Amino acid sequence: MNKRKMGLALSLALTAGTILGACGKEDEKETTGEKPETETPATEEAFTVAMVTDVGGVDDKSFNQSAWEGLQAFGSETGLSEGKEGYSYLQSQSDADYETNLNNLARQGYDLVFGIGFLMQDAVNTVASQQTGSNFAIIDAVVEQPNVASVLFKEQEAAYLAGIAAALTSESNKIGFIGGMEIPVIERFEAGFLAGVKAVKPDIKVDVQYAGAFDKAELGQTIASKMYSSGADVIFHAAGGTGNGLFKEARDLKKKDPSKNYWAIGVDSDQTAEGIVDIGGTEHNVIITSALKRVDNAVKDLSAKAAKGEFPGGQASTYGLVEEGVGLAPINDAVAAKADIEAKVEEFKAKIVSGEITVPEFRKDVK
Amino acid sequence: MSLMEILLIIIPSTLLWAAPLIFTGLGGNFSERAGVVNIGLEGLMVIGAFTAIVFNLQFDSVLGDATPWVALLAAMVAGAIFSILHAVASITFRADQTVSGVAINLLSIGLALFLVKLIYGKGQTDIIQKSFSKIDIPILSDIPVIGDLFFSNTYYTSYVAIFVAIIVWVIMFKTPFGLRLRAVGEHPMAADTMGINVTRMRYIAVILSGALGGIGGGVYAQAISSDFGHATISGQGFMALAALIFGKWNPLGVMGAALFFGFAQSLSIIGKSLPFLENIPSVYLLIAPYVLTILALTGFIGRADAPKASGVPYIKGKR
Repeated sequence: MNKRKMGLALSLALTAGTILGACGKEDEKETTGEKPETETPATEEAFTVAMVTDVGGVDDKSFNQSAWEGLQAFGSETGLSEGKEGYSYLQSQSDADYETNLNNLARQGYDLVFGIGFLMQDAVNTVASQQTGSNFAIIDAVVEQPNVASVLFKEQEAAYLAGIAAALTSESNKIGFIGGMEIPVIERFEAGFLAGVKAVKPDIKVDVQYAGAFDKAELGQTIASKMYSSGADVIFHAAGGTGNGLFKEARDLKKKDPSKNYWAIGVDSDQTAEGIVDIGGTEHNVIITSALKRVDNAVKDLSAKAAKGEFPGGQASTYGLVEEGVGLAPINDAVAAKADIEAKVEEFKAKIVSGEITVPEFRKDVK
Repeated sequence: MSLMEILLIIIPSTLLWAAPLIFTGLGGNFSERAGVVNIGLEGLMVIGAFTAIVFNLQFDSVLGDATPWVALLAAMVAGAIFSILHAVASITFRADQTVSGVAINLLSIGLALFLVKLIYGKGQTDIIQKSFSKIDIPILSDIPVIGDLFFSNTYYTSYVAIFVAIIVWVIMFKTPFGLRLRAVGEHPMAADTMGINVTRMRYIAVILSGALGGIGGGVYAQAISSDFGHATISGQGFMALAALIFGKWNPLGVMGAALFFGFAQSLSIIGKSLPFLENIPSVYLLIAPYVLTILALTGFIGRADAPKASGVPYIKGKR
């Protein structure tokens, strides 16, 4: 009997260890801000801003990291320091943390609190209706509250430029697109990409397939394998972790047969590092470019507006090429048509910025 | 698309998919046959994937092309060591085996992510340069038709997995060790009276399951994801557990079930390009593997009988 209790105790200790272990570094982060309110801040007028990450964490090489870089950039431009008097972040370990973290930051008196990612939509909605005295912003989703600014991106414009690069790189005139889930954000990527391809080579066939998940690399790999073996030589993904499978497949195929072309295009941040493959001592890269989503610019811009007292509460702001909210990463030097691509990308960029071209947002609008 | 082209895509991707599931499922097979439920397979895969990637990143400049294989050994050792926790809790201290397994799952992902942050200062590792890559198996791939279908554009790990499954079957059903292992899982008291050390057998079985689970994770990380982050292993361990039940606790059955899962997944992906399936909305194709699995589990395999003493701690002298 005694032994059995020991066993239970051991199991409990294991579980508790895990949960506590997961807190780790965040503890200090949280305590830095939790000073009692009696302390009168010397710089009461200084604008303070904070953000809550989703489960990806502040160094996820994607969204959250980009947003945090935006806050840091804003901080260094306006002379704020990290901490309660300037800018800060709280990391979420699970979906259940969103509301707690948002509430926590609002209570600490931050003038503006960002919720990063559409996963936080409901949490921001709830907290904003309770903490009516604070301002909130949500990335990639719309929350209709007077004290919430919603930030959306024109993903289609970045994807359009990626489509141009893909079409000009392709020699087989077959191109693939791998989507994560069929949600509006990814549809914007798809529509923009299709339109971009059509803009330079109208007769190219784009093979579009959705994986149904953002975290299943093996699905991405199988889809990529299918597309490459049916003749595609460029594949663009908007599928998060599922896209890792695309890069793996492209690297493997390139390694097996270096004479053939297997190109991939990254998404959200510059994914060049994922495409490096070592063939017989020389380094190749299978990534042409990446369709960028500049969450950092949007966060910086919105913070600046709020600091000036022009907080766009209750509105949805859309960041496109004009606002530098989206863009295209540098083109891989190994692409034969690099100069051509750069010229065309600049040309179409100018047309989009001037309003001459409107990139379609929905699949059905791609002609 | 001709039938040949379809098969050329489906077969290699089935094999790729199945490899990690086969290894991990075989691990579960050892443990459950000895009477210890191992729901911690997922966690053991996480440890395996983490160890393989970290090892690979650290030593790829020294070991060259042998890196993924050595990293796989490291993953095996790490998985085995980690599974000792489960063994101590559930065998020596007779804790509830499910609770202890869940603790393994929680602990492993927490620990692995914590260490990744500590080592690399970010939430996920870089991608590895020396991964298992696509190969045409020499000689065998020159056989007409069969060579193209089964031995081209594939990964060595898939064949190792199938080979290991056969070895495990031989060990489990053709050797004295296997007989003892099964006896301990069916009727530990009878085994004990015959002079088999139940505790020792169960320890060995759990540690073997950890080793194989670690390999499963290592294979997944080095043949598919190429890096390690919080979503690298997401559910594969439970898929392996399902393959174990689907395969009726028989190593060859586990292999067959894992291949079936892989086949269903590949089919759901390629389905969109097949002439007679292309008009079906993609959501039906995406759920097809799961529907097929449920159908197979309920309709075709009949009763799946777990080893009788599975999940029951053995207390000497207690009736």
